Amino acid sequence: MIVKVAEQKLPELLTAAAGVEKLYIPVDKSDKVSVFEEYAPGKTLSRKLNTLRSAKDFFFPQVQPMAKFRMEGKKIEVIDTREEPQDFIIFGVRACDVRSFDILDRVFLADPVDTYYESRRKHATIVSWACAEPSETCFCHSFGIDAAAPEGDARMWIAGGWIYLEDLTEKGAELLKALDLPALGADTSDEDAEKEVKAEQDRIHSIQEKLPLYSLKPADNRQKELEIFNSPVWKEFSDKCLGCGSCTFVCPTCQCFDIEDFNDGHTIERYRCWDSCMYKDFTMMAAGTPRKTQLERFRQRFMHKLVYYPIKNDGIYSCVGCGRCLRRCPIHMNIVKVMKALEEDAQCEKKN
Amino acid sequence: MQDELIKRACELLEDGTVDRVLGWSSGDFFYDITPTVFTSADEVRKRFVYNDFCGANLSKYLIAESQKDGKIAAFLKPCDTYSFNQLLTEHRINREKVYVIGIPCDGKVSVGTLNDAGIDGILSTERDGGDLVCTTVYGEKRIPFAEAQDERCINCKSRKHVVYDELIGEEGEVLDSHRFDEVEKLEAMTPEERFAFWQGELSRCIRCNACRNVCPACNCDLCVFDNPKSGVFSKAASNDFEDANFHIIRAFHVAGRCTDCGECSRVCPEHIPLHLLNRKLIKDINTLYGTYQAGETEGQMSPLSAFTEDGDAEPSIVQKGGIR
Repeated sequence: MIVKVAEQKLPELLTAAAGVEKLYIPVDKSDKVSVFEEYAPGKTLSRKLNTLRSAKDFFFPQVQPMAKFRMEGKKIEVIDTREEPQDFIIFGVRACDVRSFDILDRVFLADPVDTYYESRRKHATIVSWACAEPSETCFCHSFGIDAAAPEGDARMWIAGGWIYLEDLTEKGAELLKALDLPALGADTSDEDAEKEVKAEQDRIHSIQEKLPLYSLKPADNRQKELEIFNSPVWKEFSDKCLGCGSCTFVCPTCQCFDIEDFNDGHTIERYRCWDSCMYKDFTMMAAGTPRKTQLERFRQRFMHKLVYYPIKNDGIYSCVGCGRCLRRCPIHMNIVKVMKALEEDAQCEKKN
Repeated sequence: MQDELIKRACELLEDGTVDRVLGWSSGDFFYDITPTVFTSADEVRKRFVYNDFCGANLSKYLIAESQKDGKIAAFLKPCDTYSFNQLLTEHRINREKVYVIGIPCDGKVSVGTLNDAGIDGILSTERDGGDLVCTTVYGEKRIPFAEAQDERCINCKSRKHVVYDELIGEEGEVLDSHRFDEVEKLEAMTPEERFAFWQGELSRCIRCNACRNVCPACNCDLCVFDNPKSGVFSKAASNDFEDANFHIIRAFHVAGRCTDCGECSRVCPEHIPLHLLNRKLIKDINTLYGTYQAGETEGQMSPLSAFTEDGDAEPSIVQKGGIR
């Protein structure tokens, strides 16, 4: 059921949510950057389309402390630094980021289950937020994601001075109940709410149709693993690549990690941290690295997202079209350019 | 201007002066510019672009390109020529393998700056007098060109090309820029305020290494932070100190060699004003050792390297045991 609350009640709505569980909302850090932060009275919901870093941080943080080791003489003390997280709400997650959780689930919740990830995931309630003003770099549509009807435990639209809320799961229904929306002036029997949401969805779809990447369609690459692996496009693209990790670190679906030790001379802190296939020491082993050139490393990133992951996951791509890499790559090399070049390459092969 | 550059690139490729051309091409949008090596006139005619969004500094690509067989023509903007000269000084580029064409620049725009000004859904832009007119899915938006530019361009230090084999357009001059104004603001802060400022900025660092990898002065074969044997190897900061450590070490390593091209701040996905660290060091060098611009002349020694105990006066601020 869709319930509507006047938009000016947003601060009260957030305060109510923060009263239920720990609440995170996107806030503006400056005119340039928005980030998810724990809500406190006075903080306002960022109207930016998306946070700079994706919402994957909630479940797969950049740095995850694992254990500490302290040495005194011949005695080694092992300190367990794990903490059971409290229940929390992530409010205002965009459709692309919500879908990224499913993609990460297929990795971290598959056997053997990653318990760090699992416990954070279990404690979260996700309230998604439809995109009123999608950007030219958005292409979630290409992966069957609807920016006007995001998934999650509950979802929200903000349009025409109203906040529309709909529950999608039991968890979401419980949250909306706990918010006591009638106390915020919500009329639960307003029959126009559904119609108004439909109108907003139509408006969002009509904008999406005008966006340049609207018709981008990923090819089913599952039968073409070797062909794509040996494609000539990797050489040209990887020559330009700076080998930095900005694409991987802003990506909501990049999931590779490394385990490092920080030794301050007295204590060793063992932590897990994001890794990037763009880095020279990615998957470094005792015998060295299996991908010695930037070409191999660059190829790995896109093979993973467009070929390997779909092969293992019923054709689902490891990309949600959020457009962050399109925005952030210092030289504007990105997955869309790769997808298009591979397609062109395939067409040429066919002709020949 | 773009047509003139394309014409010249094709001539150089067709008459055999060079066998490759380094320039820019775009992708799906007019602004998603990628530095590109062209090997035929056909490719140049099809894909070469030069517009307000060609901010990427091409000089660092010439380290690898000048190690290949044959000769490459490179279109360098004034600030790119400073980086080129500095790389020549450091013996990182083989000068004989590069044909440098100086091209004019009146400031570049990043699409991020437009987004920050609340302009999104951009389909195209056009210059109209002093304004940049953006056609977006949400209607036409106007922004004065002076506001749309990158900070480094608003405070441009020089429109002069310090090295070239030929020049397209008119030569510019070294400008009286206000690039140290922001540094002065930081200097005026109390140490506590300054610490809070940098901690706030650097706490957002995601260690993506974009600043380092784009920096023409960061040209080590193996960076100390990527070397497991260095003792400072780390992929992510396990505490606040480490991010600051990374950026401070980097700033000191490029001190006296940084030409202030501003690429570090352009590429930072977190919009950290990294160039201010470098500018502070440039300003201090200017104050303590006399005005010095890295990359101005090929072969010049940085004051930090050229300083000798006899002959040169010790800068007044330095005394035994550190800074007074």
